Amino acid sequence: MPERLTATEAPYTIGIPPFRPGEEADFGEGFVEQPGDLNRPEVNCSAQDTATHAVGLIRVLDDEHVAHGEWNPNLDEETLLKGLEHMMRLRIFDDRMMKMQRTGLLSFYMRSFGEEAIAIAQTMALEEQDWLFPSYRQPGAQFVRGRDMVSMICHCIGNTEDNVRGRQMPVHYTWKEGRFISISSPVGTQFPQAVGVAMASAYRGLDEACITWLGDGTSAQGDFHYAVNFASTFKPPVILNVVNNQWAISTHANLATGGRTFAERGLAYDIPSFRVDGNDFLALYAVTKWARDRAGAGLGPTFIEVYTYRAGAHSSSDDPIAYRPQDEFKHWPGGDPIERLKGHLIGRGLWDEDKHTALTERIDAEVMAAYKEACTFGDLANGPYPPASTIFTEVYEEVPWHVQEQREELGK
Amino acid sequence: MAKMNMIAALNSALDLQLQRDPNVVIFGEDVGYFGGVFRVTAGLQEAHGAHRVFDSPLAEGGIAAVAFGMGINGLRPVMEIQFADYIFPAYDQIVNEMAKLRHRSGGEFWTPVTIRTPAGGGIRGGHHHSQSPEAQFTHTPGLKVVYCSNPYNAKGLLTSAIECNDPVVFFEPKRCYRGPFYGDPHKVPTWNSHPDGEVPEEYYSIPLEQARVVKEGGACTVIAWGTMVHVAEEGIRQSGIDAELIDLQTLLPWDRDTVVESVRKTGRCVIVHEAPKTSGFGAEMSASIQERCFWHLEAPIERVTGWDTPFPHTTEWDYLPSPGRIAEAIVRTQEA
Repeated sequence: MPERLTATEAPYTIGIPPFRPGEEADFGEGFVEQPGDLNRPEVNCSAQDTATHAVGLIRVLDDEHVAHGEWNPNLDEETLLKGLEHMMRLRIFDDRMMKMQRTGLLSFYMRSFGEEAIAIAQTMALEEQDWLFPSYRQPGAQFVRGRDMVSMICHCIGNTEDNVRGRQMPVHYTWKEGRFISISSPVGTQFPQAVGVAMASAYRGLDEACITWLGDGTSAQGDFHYAVNFASTFKPPVILNVVNNQWAISTHANLATGGRTFAERGLAYDIPSFRVDGNDFLALYAVTKWARDRAGAGLGPTFIEVYTYRAGAHSSSDDPIAYRPQDEFKHWPGGDPIERLKGHLIGRGLWDEDKHTALTERIDAEVMAAYKEACTFGDLANGPYPPASTIFTEVYEEVPWHVQEQREELGK
Repeated sequence: MAKMNMIAALNSALDLQLQRDPNVVIFGEDVGYFGGVFRVTAGLQEAHGAHRVFDSPLAEGGIAAVAFGMGINGLRPVMEIQFADYIFPAYDQIVNEMAKLRHRSGGEFWTPVTIRTPAGGGIRGGHHHSQSPEAQFTHTPGLKVVYCSNPYNAKGLLTSAIECNDPVVFFEPKRCYRGPFYGDPHKVPTWNSHPDGEVPEEYYSIPLEQARVVKEGGACTVIAWGTMVHVAEEGIRQSGIDAELIDLQTLLPWDRDTVVESVRKTGRCVIVHEAPKTSGFGAEMSASIQERCFWHLEAPIERVTGWDTPFPHTTEWDYLPSPGRIAEAIVRTQEA
């Protein structure tokens, strides 16, 4: 648990981040917490049984990428390689999309850089029928559920094949087939909504859980507290994740709360609460599987703080050089989630550099092909875009008279 | 047919929908065991089970968000905001989330939530138990906004609101829960002797988006909704003028055809609402009416509304449109 830094000049306390531009980022040699420190309680445990887990850090991979401890999910080779491939795909996809944005081919973009393991490992630990209610930094879940990259890129462009018809900014994916619920820009709204989704699953007697994510900054919103309190009260099968990537645009987590860990908040609501290394694929998988098992047993919600680091900018509109050291991520003790799983697989003799390079090249070619195919349905500069008539449709189930009149006024 | 006040009529609509559709759930503050502070949900938990009619924590934003999520996943939630004045913590969830979901998701997701909320003044509620914030929702594409005025239309409109696959904000004029209000606080009539207090016990619905001509007349069109329908009726009586009274019933989308037809016939129009005048829904109506009826108008369109101030406590009778103010406006339209 890191120290919360504050400036304590009168009249009140102002939080400060560990480092500012020009300073050397030094997080120490690595995490103090080690795999095996924390036990894996039974899924029917009490919230108090997780008191140490809410202030500690659940890890499976050690600093040499070797898996240890009760939380080791002992995944088979196929699952591990799939996880690695999804993470690599997301990073390569993000890099391609960012290049598109920088050359004026997308209006906006947000990468998941450094946080690739989170949505991917967690979604892999769930059942196919489970609902995903993400924020904007969990697009990787779609790869796990098999979404076509062409469809994703068409959305980001907002062209004729965008399934949300050019109505939302890039990265605001909707994909009902994959139970990936529509992303909304106002941060945190999905958190209590996910509780409602899970209550409906329970009401209908379905074996479904709903997982949702928000950020450390967003945990200040009322919606965060509504969600945790309603989840605590009604105990539906919901998995609530605070992705603590340390930074909400320029606002460091030290400025976002006076609390110690985010996971501890769950304990106050009598919800089992875990703090997990968000760059450790195996630990994320294991904790999420635990939460899914608990939900499936009808025992209610689990609260998870995913401890990670936002390696890149908040979005294509942000430049972190203005508020944090440029090389901060290189010093992050959690490392790079892809490098860590790759190192684990190589250590077990399941992977090597040649295979890694070959897979990188294959994915890169697939992403390029998807990008080119998506552009055949329209690009940002030249279109074609969805027809202007889509401004007026799906506002209501049926187009009402006043909206129809305005459509006719536009004449398209 | 049975004699019902508005509370019983709303309760009947909810009871029948719980019977007809297993996916209907009702929740909100105090609505479960106790049956609501106005008793609208009385007996429903006992009849249908605590998982279908239940009390929620005191968080309007949380109630709306949970209803949103339930609606995505196959349920048809009917949530209560205890007083319309308390709807604002839920405003983001209603305006940015419920209203936009179908559109923003390309039609892949929608949420058929009904938001019931008692609104309006006349109960000595001060500024936080008296407001009528309909215009703060009529400005939001994706919502439907309904305002009932009597037991008969309360039941029929609420039935349609629950069956609607779009989110509906359903305002209930709390002053009229137990009887119509004609502008005199010292007279407290009940629904017993009012024709719209005759309510079928069985299922029926009144389509949304349709206004109701309460009283036909040729000299002026008076438009109102909620409690003001009855105050306007008294205002027309006091004016001695043969005015036509329209109860708008649904404000978004509103029944422009019925209104325009009436104003073209009468050439004169008075719009009455409790909410403040500036940017009130009367402003939208007035603009639309002049677009359609300009060459038929014999006088400026009048608006009789609450003042552009917070709603008062002990002086509320000077705040709310009175029959006298409405009568004067009707008379002015005749003199122009």
